[in-house]
Amino acid sequence: MEATQATPVKYDMDVVRWFTIMAVVYAVVGTLVGVYVAAELAWPFLNFDIAELSFGRLRPLHTNAVIFAFGGCVLMATGFYMVQRTGQTKLWSNAMAWFTFWGWNLIIVLAVITLPLGLTSGKEYAELVWPIDIMIAVVWLSFGLNHIMTTAIRKTSHIYVSNWFTMGMIVMITYLHVVNSMAIPVSMTEAFSIYSGVQDAMIQWWWGHNAVGFYLTGGFLGIMYYFIPKQSGRPVFSYRLSVLHFWTLSFGYVWLGAHHLQYTALPDWTGSLGAAISLAMIIPSWGGAMNGMMTLSGAWDKLRTDYILRFLVTAMAFYAMSTFDGPVMSIKSVNALSHYTDWTVGHVHAGALGWMAMISFGAIYHMVKKLWNTEMYSERLVNVHFWVSLIGAVTYIVAMWVSGIMQGLMWRDYDEFGSLTYTFIESVSAMHPYYVMRTVGGAIFNLGTWIMLYNVVMTVRQASAVRGVNAVAAKA
Amino acid sequence: MSDHDKIYSTKFQDKIERNTLLMFVLTAIAVSVGGIVEIVPLFYLPNTAMSGGDGTYNGTSHKDLQGNAIHMDKIIWNPATSAHKTLDEWVPGDGVRPYKALELAGRSIYIREGCFLCHSQMIRPFRDEKDRYGHYSIAEESMYDHTYQWGSKRTGPDLARVGGKYSDEWHRKHLKYPRDVVPESVMPNYFFLDKPLVNVDTTIHTMNVMTKMPFNPVPRTIYTDAYLDSAKTELENKTEMDAVIAFLQSLGNHVKFEEGVNYRD
Repeated sequence: MEATQATPVKYDMDVVRWFTIMAVVYAVVGTLVGVYVAAELAWPFLNFDIAELSFGRLRPLHTNAVIFAFGGCVLMATGFYMVQRTGQTKLWSNAMAWFTFWGWNLIIVLAVITLPLGLTSGKEYAELVWPIDIMIAVVWLSFGLNHIMTTAIRKTSHIYVSNWFTMGMIVMITYLHVVNSMAIPVSMTEAFSIYSGVQDAMIQWWWGHNAVGFYLTGGFLGIMYYFIPKQSGRPVFSYRLSVLHFWTLSFGYVWLGAHHLQYTALPDWTGSLGAAISLAMIIPSWGGAMNGMMTLSGAWDKLRTDYILRFLVTAMAFYAMSTFDGPVMSIKSVNALSHYTDWTVGHVHAGALGWMAMISFGAIYHMVKKLWNTEMYSERLVNVHFWVSLIGAVTYIVAMWVSGIMQGLMWRDYDEFGSLTYTFIESVSAMHPYYVMRTVGGAIFNLGTWIMLYNVVMTVRQASAVRGVNAVAAKA
Repeated sequence: MSDHDKIYSTKFQDKIERNTLLMFVLTAIAVSVGGIVEIVPLFYLPNTAMSGGDGTYNGTSHKDLQGNAIHMDKIIWNPATSAHKTLDEWVPGDGVRPYKALELAGRSIYIREGCFLCHSQMIRPFRDEKDRYGHYSIAEESMYDHTYQWGSKRTGPDLARVGGKYSDEWHRKHLKYPRDVVPESVMPNYFFLDKPLVNVDTTIHTMNVMTKMPFNPVPRTIYTDAYLDSAKTELENKTEMDAVIAFLQSLGNHVKFEEGVNYRD
């Protein structure tokens, strides 16, 4: 490993530091907006009769902030960090990495401005308007090119498994973004998809589900394969399992999008195919989850003292759970109940809060210590953050599962005379307690991100202070 | 034999892991297959409502109880064969038609406000959905929906067949202050749609763009020059609220569904 080398490689870590800090900031902002929109559904007066604050405009801001601002910065920070360390080489182009950093953050700023103004493409999880879409393509390719070229100039013989997953993400997200965003503009801020109806729906969910599959899963599995072994000091449990995990996931995940459109006007074969492959995907997903967890075999005791490892391992548990939940929901008879309900929202957040955010937090704490060559300002606060996140996530998910199943059952319920038991609005008012509970869960989770922000800021300040003292001492 | 030369999996996998370009190419192939298999056929298989914009459809046929194919002109409005020749003459039941100018303007506002995040426009073939919303949706009904609006969540009810269910006045009240009409509603107040006028130029431009779509364009025989000219007067002095209501009232009553026909086949 790099530490034992006679002449250590000088890595380009400044850009990684900044991506890491921005990831922490966006974790706070993204979940805060999430709490607000959740509260709007519980107490609609919070829309405050201000168009820019209304649920329909803020909800895309929440999803974009957590997925692309927080998730994106985590993926780019860890991507550049891992590719250098595993290849024992500097970045192919440090300047291009800075271009990626400023470009990505500019896109986020533009998203914060345009989405509340109601400028949207009307496609879920791809709401940004076409000029920003073009910027995303350029900046994403700058990240991809730099990452792949750094892989190519590595000093090691083999490409490390984390970089396979990142490469898969880079290729697939490029495909998805380009094909799904195809539209004809009518103005600088408005455009309409070149596809319509069935074709547009299928392409949208091919995008929607694979943004989950390759960005929120593939990219973060890369994190798992690097940071769990590093943090626990154990090698990856099974190399062969990781080979299987990568290729089956890359080939199989792409098929799943159709399960979002069961019983719609999409031809039945497409939805059924999506569901069949979804069920099959339990095997590689659980193989991967086992691979992450079993990396700890012989070192389970570390969970008592290593709070960062708690984040990483809990994330694997949530990964296993949501990759079971998902295939179950894709089964047609279950989907008939779960589709259009809060169950979907619960499922997404089991993945987003439990898996994606938890593994990110673990990786961020690990990186902060290495990048600033210091200990955390407070290990105790890391532990507090862990418990707060866990409680918040579980509260949120349970609320949505219960409300989702309840909605589904209320909508299809018949009384003894053969007429619908409940009006739609009765199902809405029945959701109120769960919407409150969801808001509370989200707020608890958000509190955790503030704790992380404080801890990281104090750690960086402490590290800078130490460095300052050393510099003075060296001069004297 | 040094550790780096040892092969832990297969020779081929080992070769891939040593070669960035090879891994890139194989990954690119692996991730392409699923999308190609599921998406490409939707552009030419029957029953996916794909039209060439010239009144021809990709072999779609819905069959009645006797197994006779229902003519597509009964599903999709074709001014050439219909008794009603223009958008203004069209009546519900004539078949799926493109949006009129004001409706299209309303649709843009519907998209702008993110209505699709809480309201679906896709009824599934279940008894309860039939009782609650009406006949299940068919592919043809959203064939002119560039940027489809099926949605994925019902925080509010489905709107695929909301057209004609409530009066314009009800919609106006409800959109402005939903809780004045439905006390338990969690929908935001959209009173701010009541003042601004619709953008005439953008709407006409949007109609032109719809005729130029590579897939399922609106036929120029429907968005004729004469209609586009008359659209200006139709849009004159209309508020965004008027437009949204026109859009909602246009949803779901295009096709006359007949008993005993399997429209999902």
